Amino acid sequence: MVTREDEDVATARAVAETVTDPELPMLTLADLGVLREVDLAEDGAVEVTVTPTYSGCPALAEMRTDLRRRLAEAGYPRVRVHTVLSPAWSSSWITERGRRKLAEHGVHPPDDSASVDHGGATGPVPLTLEPPRRRIRCPRCGCPDTERTSEFGATACKALYRCLGCREPFEYFKEI
Amino acid sequence: MSFDNAYEAVTEAQPDGDTRWAFGTGFVDPLDGVDTTVPSGVDREGLATYCLMLGDDALVLSHRLSEWTTRAHELEDEVALANIALDLLGQARMLLSRAAAVAGDGGDEDSLAYFRDEREFRNVRLVELPRGDFGRCVAGLLVFSTWRLAVLGRLTHSADPVLAAVAAKGVKEVTYHRDYAARWAVRLGDGTEYSARRLHQGFADVLPFVAELFTPHELERELARQEVAVDPAPLRPEFDEVLHTVCTTAGTELPEVTPVGTLAGEAGRHGVHTEHLGYLLAEMQSLARGDPEARW
Repeated sequence: MVTREDEDVATARAVAETVTDPELPMLTLADLGVLREVDLAEDGAVEVTVTPTYSGCPALAEMRTDLRRRLAEAGYPRVRVHTVLSPAWSSSWITERGRRKLAEHGVHPPDDSASVDHGGATGPVPLTLEPPRRRIRCPRCGCPDTERTSEFGATACKALYRCLGCREPFEYFKEI
Repeated sequence: MSFDNAYEAVTEAQPDGDTRWAFGTGFVDPLDGVDTTVPSGVDREGLATYCLMLGDDALVLSHRLSEWTTRAHELEDEVALANIALDLLGQARMLLSRAAAVAGDGGDEDSLAYFRDEREFRNVRLVELPRGDFGRCVAGLLVFSTWRLAVLGRLTHSADPVLAAVAAKGVKEVTYHRDYAARWAVRLGDGTEYSARRLHQGFADVLPFVAELFTPHELERELARQEVAVDPAPLRPEFDEVLHTVCTTAGTELPEVTPVGTLAGEAGRHGVHTEHLGYLLAEMQSLARGDPEARW
């Protein structure tokens, strides 16, 4: 049986899922994997759980504000946004839809197979002196011949590349 | 929310009365919404001070690295150093907020960053050294990030869940920082005779401060026994191995140096600093102290 409450949670979740990332407006927080949970508390407030991408990402405060505003507009005046730091966000959480939208906007989605082992229980993080081995095709012309110009870009999550075929520069969403 | 142009996005008044300026007019607590309960049996005062130590390392180096903005040799590296500084600032904000919350004396990240004096800062002296040239920047960043990555890796098992979570995030970020510095060290060391000399001089400037990184403060040892903190002393072989790998690939030899002295055994972790920290803080804190009502 679908209760009134179930419907409410589903609606609140649907609303929260439309909120976009302020830095990557083509992606919703759900596409990005930042939106972890949407629930209804006993007191009727909507409880949203998010996780930050990078420690210094200045967009997180904006995301919280946008979530509160969007839910308020949809008739949920009471919203609590929780932040969970653990487990740490991973680029592998970006959904298939998110990856497609990144590519459509000229940002190459992360190649998570290039991720390094971050040790932890298994010992020290290995040093990589070679540039990361990523399978990257130019998001504009599909040419496989690309080169990295910088491991750091305009936002914490992106690296800079250029296509050796069409000569256009493009961004790469870093695997982390 | 979408806007036709960037100006509208910046100036549109928000329903909650805030005017949008970049990311809002005031930063909120970076641990807002995080469960910040201190586990029972953990020494609160010690935990607060330990968070300050790791937070101050990140904050001071973040400020130093930010000085490269408009000064690096090419735009890509300027962006890289600014990104690394931003990651460290993010780590510092969470750690200072944790310190303030645990201390519970009404302070916050801003009061800790802007209203403490030099002797109250607990960072290691390495991070306060003047920016120097790019050779020193690379040598310093390689040393710092290799050490910090080793510490954060162990800290992911801390009995304090917030420290463990901050560390788990930091490990991913600092891995990128170390790789950036290591690749540049190889490029400089294996480049021209001139670039190799500059890198070598960079190492000569920073290596005297390495011994301090592996000399734990009594508090770090005590909290390590409680499995809250990490004792850096046993991590030295791991650090040496990474530097050895980088230097072998770069074809450079680390210079022989004498560690800098301490003040009767006291150094950065005790609040004993080089003359450089005071100038750095004067610049970093002047706005907040000159106009305590300022918001940014």
